[in-house]
Amino acid sequence: MSSKELILGRIRQALGSSPAEPDIPRDYRTGAAPVDLDLLVERLVDYKAVVHRTSDVSGAIAEIIGSGTLVVPPGLPGEWLPPEVPVRRDDGLSAAEIAAADGVVTAAAVAVVETGTIVLDASDDQGRRILSLLPDLHICVLRPEQVVASVPEAVAQLEPTRPLTWISGPSATSDIELNRVEGVHGPRNLHVILWETA
Amino acid sequence: MSTFLGMPAYAPRGVGHLRGDEPFPEAARTALANPQLRRNLQHATTTIRGKSGAVIAELPDWQELRSAGSALKAYTMANLPRLLEQLEERVTAAGGVVHWAADATEANRIVTDLVKATGEQRVIKIKSMATMEIGLNEALEDAGITPVETDLAELIVQLGHDKPSHILVPAIHRNRSEIREIFLSEMPGVDPDLTDDPPVLAAAARRYLRETFLSTKVAVSGANFGIAETGTLAVVESEGNGRMCLTLPETLITVMGIEKLVPTWQDLEVFLQLLPRASTGERMNPYTSMWTGVAPGDGPQNFHLVLLDNGRTAVLADEVGRQALHCIRCSACLNVCPVYERTGGHAYGSVYPGPIGAILSPQLTGVEDNASLPYASSLCGACFDACPVKIDIPSILVHLRNQVPHPRAERTAMAAAAYTMDHPKLYERAQKAARLAKLLGKRGRGLPPPLNGWSSSRDLPTPPSETFRDWWRGR
Ligand code: SF4
Repeated sequence: MSSKELILGRIRQALGSSPAEPDIPRDYRTGAAPVDLDLLVERLVDYKAVVHRTSDVSGAIAEIIGSGTLVVPPGLPGEWLPPEVPVRRDDGLSAAEIAAADGVVTAAAVAVVETGTIVLDASDDQGRRILSLLPDLHICVLRPEQVVASVPEAVAQLEPTRPLTWISGPSATSDIELNRVEGVHGPRNLHVILWETA
Repeated sequence: MSTFLGMPAYAPRGVGHLRGDEPFPEAARTALANPQLRRNLQHATTTIRGKSGAVIAELPDWQELRSAGSALKAYTMANLPRLLEQLEERVTAAGGVVHWAADATEANRIVTDLVKATGEQRVIKIKSMATMEIGLNEALEDAGITPVETDLAELIVQLGHDKPSHILVPAIHRNRSEIREIFLSEMPGVDPDLTDDPPVLAAAARRYLRETFLSTKVAVSGANFGIAETGTLAVVESEGNGRMCLTLPETLITVMGIEKLVPTWQDLEVFLQLLPRASTGERMNPYTSMWTGVAPGDGPQNFHLVLLDNGRTAVLADEVGRQALHCIRCSACLNVCPVYERTGGHAYGSVYPGPIGAILSPQLTGVEDNASLPYASSLCGACFDACPVKIDIPSILVHLRNQVPHPRAERTAMAAAAYTMDHPKLYERAQKAARLAKLLGKRGRGLPPPLNGWSSSRDLPTPPSETFRDWWRGR
């Protein structure tokens, strides 16, 4: 008998003949709610992200990165990139090459107002997961129409079989006396550019 | 141990960390004699209760989410065989390999063999209760493989040659200056001018582990959720060490208890709201990673999922006790528990401390192997109110007490201690030194454990002015 058969047999034995099938009450909030961008900004800032609301993406990036270098995913729109900044596009860069960059710019898949969360789904404008992980600065460009109010709305919009990374503020820990301290292994600086074309 | 095929079996003896070296009352006495430990715990749990209460109050539908979470877990348990097979099918279809481990010994063998097959001698690990439970690190070390814990708290525990004492924050018993001392004496290449400022300590861990992350080819993780419908696994974390382990290595081995299953993708909308707010008291934890099998060109190209029983089917066989399998390991019940706050996690012996440990460990091992744990509670009910999936811990404790092969006198004495703890007035009176001395007799043996431990440690904690149950409701 394989361990699989053994375990499944044990479970059936444990459950007995007629296991109860409880109904699942979904009385919590679902469905689309109005998006409050000001609240999103407040929630992002509360967890120590820096937010830039602008129609000038490349200008904002230039200001954030200064004289540093960038890596970007293959599908990042070229017009976002300031011409004067040295940029390497990810065409299979090594971990060391990615880690050597001062910052990374990505787009996002979805953002959640209520929790101040950005979700990356490894699309072409967001790139492999390693790309947004190793540089110490992550600049994420977000369009207002990607923002939803709540977690259920975000879950409904995402494709579960893509690699997903939910990001709420820069890397942090609660391991020292249970207080949130920013800056451990992930990027220690998270800048969100809310791209408002007005 | 029953050999009758297909009968639910307890977690075997002699492997893993579900049994303590001494019964709870004795272990608690040691802890109670350590005022620094108690101060650290009190500070940390007070902080987290405040944070958690504030972000829970932001959600108008917290109670509805709890009800949904509770029902989802009950549904999962009732349909476990079907959902596990569905998960296996989806993970396999997405390029992963699924292994089934009946107990700790088998799980350790599977993981060790998988690592050996890669030819690597070091693995990076993200904190996982399941791998702590089965004693995987010891098994790897026996096979000449070095496991490196990458979670800050786990690193503190590992460097300090210590044991974890909390589900979420295994080093909760250490304060910042103790952590500094451990880093200074145990962390190779550490800056000798290290201060005890938490950001400085975090930066030291970042520097120390960076090269290890970049050069290690195998990672071992646990999983917070495994979604049957899609084969997706989720790890919820803060520091980014999880992302490193799940992204950088060539091979990823995930060990998941069979109860971590969630039926559908949509169901995550419930747990992703419940877990961070109940756990670290955040609206959302900094990072959650989700992956389905292997993503070509992105992350580990070899993925193994080990599904672990190790006593879980024995828990499932108890109609009252099986709720313990609903636990999402948030640790809220620890943080509100007046007994945990005074004794700390080590006293519980098992890797699962606090109220959840008091109901889970005895059921995983069989009650006789953890006979004192069902008494490590005052039955005040704070844990039930705090639990995001509404596990009725007090009722399970009472249920388990009835199975304990205890002498009658000890049972009565334990019950008296519990009663006193839950009645602040009585407790307050008991605190008054003169009366206490009379009550205790000469050497503190008159009161049952753990009250005698507290009294002999001299500084009795101030009892709450309201019961914990009222306090939690009123937040
Ligand atoms: S029993 Fe409930 S409160 Fe305790 S750790 Fe588990 S889910 Fe959290």
